[in-house]
Amino acid sequence: MNRFEYLRPATAADAVAAAAQPGAAYLAAGTNLLDLMKGGIARPDTLVDITRLPGLDTVETLPDGSTRIGALVRNARLAHDAGFARRYPAVAEALLSGASPQLRNAATAGGNLLQRTRCTYFYDTASACNKRQPGSGCDALHGDNRLHAVLGWSERCIATHPSDFCVPLAALDAVVETHGPAGPREIPLEAFHLLPGDAPERETVLQPGELILAVRLPPQAAEFAAHSRYLKVRERTSYAFAVASAAAALRMEGDRVAEARIALGGVALKPWRAREAEALLAGQKPDAALFRRAADAALADARPSAPANAFKIELARRIVARALTLAAAGTPNRIPALPASPFAHQTGGAHHA
Amino acid sequence: MPELKLNQAPAHVRHGSNMGQPLTRRDGVLKVTGAAPYAADSKVEGLLHAVLAVSTIARGRVTHLDVAAAKAHPGVVDVMTPENRPALAEDPDAKTNPFMFRLDLLQNDRVRYPNQPIAVVIADTLEAATEGAALLAPRYETEPARAGLDTEGRFSPNTVGVGNPAEASHGDVEAGLAGAAKRVEATYETPAQYHNAMEPHAIVAHFEGDRLTVDTPSQGLAMAQGRLAGLFGMDPKNILVRSPFLGGGFGSKGFIAGPQILGVLAAKLTGRPVKLVLRREHMYGPVGHRAPTRQTLRLATDGDGALQALHHHTLTASSTFDDFFEPASDIAHTLYASPAIRTSHEAVRVDSGTPLFMRAPGEATGSIALESAIDEMAEACGMDPLEFRLKNYAEIEPLSGKPFSSKALRECYRQGAERFGWSKRSLAPRQMRDADGLLVGYGMGTATFPALMFQANAKAIIKRDGTGVVESGTHDMGQGAWTAFAQVAADSLGLDIEQIEYRAGRSDLPDAGIAGGSAHTATAGTAIHRAGAAVIAKLAALATENPDSPLYGAGNAGVIAREGRLHRRDDESRSETFAAILDRAGLDQIEESGAAATDPAAAGAYAMHAHGAVFAEVKVDPDFGQIRATRLVGAFAAGRIINPKLVRSQLFGGMIWGVSFALHEHAAVDHRTGRVMNPNLGEYHIPVNADVPALEAITVDEHDPHVNDLGVKGVGEIGITGSAGAVANAVWHATGVRVRNFPITLDQLIG
Amino acid sequence: MSSPLTLTVNGVQRRFDLDDPRVTLLDLLRERLDLTGTKKGCDRGQCGACTILVDGQRINSCLALAISHDGADILTIEGVAHGDALHPVQAAFIQHDGFQCGFCTPGQIMSAIGLIREGQAGDDPERVREGMSGNLCRCGAYAGITEAVLEAHHTLNRKAEQAA
Repeated sequence: MNRFEYLRPATAADAVAAAAQPGAAYLAAGTNLLDLMKGGIARPDTLVDITRLPGLDTVETLPDGSTRIGALVRNARLAHDAGFARRYPAVAEALLSGASPQLRNAATAGGNLLQRTRCTYFYDTASACNKRQPGSGCDALHGDNRLHAVLGWSERCIATHPSDFCVPLAALDAVVETHGPAGPREIPLEAFHLLPGDAPERETVLQPGELILAVRLPPQAAEFAAHSRYLKVRERTSYAFAVASAAAALRMEGDRVAEARIALGGVALKPWRAREAEALLAGQKPDAALFRRAADAALADARPSAPANAFKIELARRIVARALTLAAAGTPNRIPALPASPFAHQTGGAHHA
Repeated sequence: MPELKLNQAPAHVRHGSNMGQPLTRRDGVLKVTGAAPYAADSKVEGLLHAVLAVSTIARGRVTHLDVAAAKAHPGVVDVMTPENRPALAEDPDAKTNPFMFRLDLLQNDRVRYPNQPIAVVIADTLEAATEGAALLAPRYETEPARAGLDTEGRFSPNTVGVGNPAEASHGDVEAGLAGAAKRVEATYETPAQYHNAMEPHAIVAHFEGDRLTVDTPSQGLAMAQGRLAGLFGMDPKNILVRSPFLGGGFGSKGFIAGPQILGVLAAKLTGRPVKLVLRREHMYGPVGHRAPTRQTLRLATDGDGALQALHHHTLTASSTFDDFFEPASDIAHTLYASPAIRTSHEAVRVDSGTPLFMRAPGEATGSIALESAIDEMAEACGMDPLEFRLKNYAEIEPLSGKPFSSKALRECYRQGAERFGWSKRSLAPRQMRDADGLLVGYGMGTATFPALMFQANAKAIIKRDGTGVVESGTHDMGQGAWTAFAQVAADSLGLDIEQIEYRAGRSDLPDAGIAGGSAHTATAGTAIHRAGAAVIAKLAALATENPDSPLYGAGNAGVIAREGRLHRRDDESRSETFAAILDRAGLDQIEESGAAATDPAAAGAYAMHAHGAVFAEVKVDPDFGQIRATRLVGAFAAGRIINPKLVRSQLFGGMIWGVSFALHEHAAVDHRTGRVMNPNLGEYHIPVNADVPALEAITVDEHDPHVNDLGVKGVGEIGITGSAGAVANAVWHATGVRVRNFPITLDQLIG
Repeated sequence: MSSPLTLTVNGVQRRFDLDDPRVTLLDLLRERLDLTGTKKGCDRGQCGACTILVDGQRINSCLALAISHDGADILTIEGVAHGDALHPVQAAFIQHDGFQCGFCTPGQIMSAIGLIREGQAGDDPERVREGMSGNLCRCGAYAGITEAVLEAHHTLNRKAEQAA
């Protein structure tokens, strides 16, 4: 880890001023940043510790019914906030399917949005990576890329975004509240992360020094609470990133879908909202064929970034269809013992007891 | 290092006698309180921290290191490179015996594998040393990497494993294949795997005058001491290696590795004590791995499902500069009866670190391929996999023709199958589902591992206060050596275990050989047993030859030691305490030594193996191909069990390694560069707790009078064999898809 | 440049000057406070061997800068037992042989204590397994670990009931 200057500003304005300087980075829990620094992927000159900034660690319900999650709220605290989990069960399930209990106790909401890809070539400083070192090339393109992107990638970068949390947030129209050198602004989560295009080094729309204050879920997001799931396929039962995942949320009216929300994870460099698939479901009676059509629509633009990851397209379709099926069946009373897992029992009760 | 106190209540719970009892670990309190000292916990006044810089290329030369930048970092004391590395008394590339592996000790600027150490930065703090290593920013002259089993230059090694012939056969395999009713030919691939003990290799090295003390995890203390003596031109007596606890070894700590010796060199260079701990990513190169294999199995049966031919061929890889050839085909020597068996090996050389022994070397890799092929053959014959294995049960060792010293495998099959509920298995695949609609599969595999003996020594002492001391430089890497050997020692002296002080884990104790090959308990245990018997005989002589003793005239054979007393065998009411005997003789203590080694007569007459049967249930999501090994039952016959509690843990550990082999672990090697792209515990997956929800291990009674005095066969490695194949076969049974490229990943099931 | 830092470690308040902001809680404990019970298995938040409780929550101490935790209350494996009396989780780990080599054990035990405090797993073995999945054990002691956590959960519950 390189030497750096450590600052602990007392106010958000001071933090923004400090972090706007070249080479500065915000430090919250550090669960991703310190990992990157230990690997030499990130070498900031200055760390601006925001953990003591006031007012960023609360979950509050606003008068209009929206929910505001402070940027410093820890993943575990948010997921285990009973009121929050009741209203946004897919968000809670996604949080609990990510990383490990220890990491969830530390990692923050804002940090989760800013976590960087797990592409092994990005992490390996001896490899060419346009994201890490613009213009150096992409060693993943013809390398070990079995788990790489199938949507929204470019020849410059085929990495995926690793967040689980962001997937249901994207589905539920979450908004990111920030404060930057130019003042406060709000950014829809869907527009927050950037696809790689020609400049994969640009990962979000944040300007230098711009600080995430909160993530807000609009009042409508709670209307899906009765039919919301997150489903995550992994190569280990727990403590693994998604091969692919999906959040599905339905607002039912009688036996019909009034409104659907679908987003995918692990398939692109951002959480992937599937609006065409959502439109296809609106007003329809749910059944397997409909869900399959929606899944096909969600992956309509998908193409493998390498032969090795072609399987992810059909896998993602099946995950979307299953997530919709699970959502239609209704949100379980309690988050399953194995959150978001295909091995979470649909029939209730604990096996292997 | 603090004195080890191993008898603290309530860690040690008494259940009666010693051997055979499920005692809790005597080192339990130390381990659950954080007080058990591992090498990196050592603290010496004036300690410096050393961190490796390693190569990011597979092959070429280091052309530049920015030593000035590293030295300019505050706290950096020195940078060790080939330019200033202290001289060694022995060439690190010398190889005078097969157990002497070539080391990378900065002897030149050559790079011959990724993650090869190319410099060492030494600093006052760990932070400074770590950043100093990054600041070296090496530049290279890079040559193309040779990676993967398709590398040019395939050849037949002279020997594989530990001096085994690369080729062996009996009968005419080709004739058997030609005349068969049913044939199966299939090729299986296993990846490079890394030991990844939780404890990274670490060393604290400290010179004081002409003496060297090192704290470093070792599965072979005397060999480590000898290697250091050779390299540094020192008298072994002046080198003390301490390794009271290893944080896992699995073969990677069998030989002292290059990075550990670099820690000693750094101490020599700076004249100060040095601690060097590997970063996790440094463990993917210089400390060994399990070599990849491509195994082709050709099997043939007659119309009744009896094997007529079995050919097991392995292609593996060693490094370009040293020899270790994974003996994967050798598993076929012993498991199944066939009138014709042939095993063969070929190899290529790649730009990787030298492969090494890794838990069940050869057996684990060979087992998953052979057990898969046996399953495929059973399917071809339309037979239940258990019925097929029983049909081809080996009554004598097929290749050697020797009788087995003991073999309770039939009983393993029976007890394991019954406990597992094997009879509920459908013959055809993809027939079984659970209530959630998940595919359910049952699979099985036969476990086997040779019952080996190496060499070990021990010393037993009886003190005037009637207590005992037993010394043997044994190694506790988690198998429970501190406990199991104390149990053997206590019984050998006829003392309560609390009356015994057991000393181990240091090179200044009697050489206990190595903790490997599942032979440590058998070998060192036998040495301890013999040392105890010898000192009891000496004590008995003192008593029976003295007219003042109630045992006078009983003769050595006529007394037994029990609970600190010698009793006349023919009249147990006549007895005397150890203390009284020594007191009368005016001796403070008496001591004797014991040694153990392979008994050539027994080894010549018998095939000696432990056996087992593993049954696995997996569940597979029908759409996603995600797999979970939901239940494993293993039944093992491994001779005498010294401590069933520890044995259960050992067997579970092996079975989980089997799950890992089948479903999880693999080094993702980029063949363009030869580099492992997942050199960490985040992407190199080993099972987590949730991956193995239900395990059961049954130990089947087995009395073996031939393997050693104790009748112990060893359980450290057998658990992985059979289990990996059982899981793979269960995945086939669940899905109907036979994946032959391990680990079985979901893309291979749904792709 | 050094920064004053105050931490309560195992119930004892300790003040010192930290001369390097790069020092993690893990390295602070091991290299500067001689509390070597907490182990470093990966140093990257991927194994759980370094788990400690910070302000009552289990975290990976390898991914926490000490300087950022000024004022924190830290519990490590060395502070779990009361004198010679083991914590129920420690005792249960011994009884159920929830370890072999012992290297991951301090982290497993701290994680188990954290898990039981979090109150999410209860006596459901599947939730315990999931809740302990942030702690790798290469020896494969998972069965004993799960048994130990379940037993300790019951023991602690009984104690809490008796106290109430």
